[in-house]
Amino acid sequence: MEAATTEATRVAPAPPPKVTERAREERKLAWMLCAPAVITMLLVTGFPIAYAVYLSLQKYDLRFPDQKEFVGLSNYVDALGSSTWWGDVWNTSLITIVSVSLELALGMAIALVMHRAIFGRGPVRAAILIPYGIVTVVAAFAWRYAFDPASGFVQGLPLISDTAAPLTERGGSLIVIILTEVWKTTPFIALLLLAGLALVPDELHEAAKVDGANAMQRFFRITLPLMRPAILVALLFRTLDAFRLFDTVFIQTQGANGTETVSILSYNVLINRVNLGLGSAVSVLIFICVLLIAFFFVKVLGTSTAQQRGEV
Amino acid sequence: MTHTPRERAAWSLAIFMVLVYALVPVMWMISLSLKPADKLSTERGFFYGIFHPDFDNYDTIFSGNVFTKPLVNSIGIAAIATFIAILLASMAAYALSRLDFPGKTLILSGALAVAMFPPISIVGSLFNIWRNIGLYDTWPGLIIPYMTFTLPLAIYTLSAFFREIPWELEQAAQVDGATPFQAFRKVIVPLAAPGVFTASILVFIFAWNDFIFANTLTSTDNARTVPAALAFFTGESQFEQPIGAISAAAVVVTVPIIIMVLIFQRRIVAGLTAGAVKG
Repeated sequence: MEAATTEATRVAPAPPPKVTERAREERKLAWMLCAPAVITMLLVTGFPIAYAVYLSLQKYDLRFPDQKEFVGLSNYVDALGSSTWWGDVWNTSLITIVSVSLELALGMAIALVMHRAIFGRGPVRAAILIPYGIVTVVAAFAWRYAFDPASGFVQGLPLISDTAAPLTERGGSLIVIILTEVWKTTPFIALLLLAGLALVPDELHEAAKVDGANAMQRFFRITLPLMRPAILVALLFRTLDAFRLFDTVFIQTQGANGTETVSILSYNVLINRVNLGLGSAVSVLIFICVLLIAFFFVKVLGTSTAQQRGEV
Repeated sequence: MTHTPRERAAWSLAIFMVLVYALVPVMWMISLSLKPADKLSTERGFFYGIFHPDFDNYDTIFSGNVFTKPLVNSIGIAAIATFIAILLASMAAYALSRLDFPGKTLILSGALAVAMFPPISIVGSLFNIWRNIGLYDTWPGLIIPYMTFTLPLAIYTLSAFFREIPWELEQAAQVDGATPFQAFRKVIVPLAAPGVFTASILVFIFAWNDFIFANTLTSTDNARTVPAALAFFTGESQFEQPIGAISAAAVVVTVPIIIMVLIFQRRIVAGLTAGAVKG
């Protein structure tokens, strides 16, 4: 199919100097077809984020709605001056970095198993789609109950302390949260990497083999460099996803034991304390963090979703 | 290519490990859901519930509104959001994959930006807007964010599928005497259907999975979906975690999705990777 597209672009005549009637009709139709989707996306993401910026500049607590007033950046000063925000940024970054690294390693292993499978590719694919299909809240409950000190099965396993109650302390809680995240999203990474693996030509491996490269060298010198675009895309999406971590923490600890993430903080201020001004400031700060992460991936690491489109 | 018994054994082990990995939490949930409350802390083995099934928890969750109402909400909201998202995305994807117009890259980048957008950042705004215009705790109040946040996934997946359709067949059919509508219905619709179907499954799973909007934009059974309802399930007393009931409810919302995912696994994998990689 890629071949067909390039073929078509090559055969197509140079653009005429004047837009023909037919081309104008085509544009009009295209814009009309795209308009509903584009308008919906703008209205439901663009407008509310602008409104969040507006709210973040107000003193606006729903318990005292009459005291609403413009306060400039004072909510941001409060948020950025609090140790809670920075502690939560640290927690979120820690969980994000550890889980995304583990997912990448594990996802690569699963992708390699599926790619080079002698047999049983079907069952493996079916199995790894199960975590993908499960509701995150359900996965969070399943792991929480598995580690429950009163009714879970994990305590009964060999090598695990019979009094282990990981969800009552910080380290244990972080481990369970990361485990849940890794379990649920590794399959997605594995599938993306598998698609990337398929783009690595076999001949290169054969040639390297002939030249005496061992499996390790072939993986690090051929497979990994050629898969760089696929890996970066998977990393970008997963990092952004992990950074807005909410469901798992909400179900497993509600942010207790020093596991609060920025999303949980935002939720608590907005919905529990109904402080829309300060809460919106936190929301906007999270949005800026996400922008920075995306910027880092796209500009610094050169991630491009287009890279893999037709040029490969 | 031949393989030594040792290689075969290694692959079998790898496959076995992947199966265990995927199935442990699911089996554990099923096992818990089949355990009566008095056996929860006495029979803690992994398989106890599966070998000694007891359906009390299922009777409990289906005997009141606590679970059945959110289940209806979940199905209705996810289905409507899917329908609208696919309708809008199909129109856009048709234009993006088949027509030539300026602004194409802009639309694709915009969709990508929405895919990266953190929902938590607009939760407060939507909460306040919805309260003021009467959408708080209603079906449309959830359908609107769901259809929006699934549009990028749907547009990317559908564009990737639509690019593969041999559109010349439509003209060929018309040359053979079919009316434009016949050509569309008899030729294009059957070719496009698998892609549309795949995108629908992906969108449905996304809406079915959401917790953050369901949690913040609803307050009662009027629109609360299952994931949010699960988080607020309470037992007989405030201090008792209804582990069995939550597990049973979790199994009910999980098993149909797993079955669907397993039946359509090839398509789902194609859809996920087409949307993300080929973008």
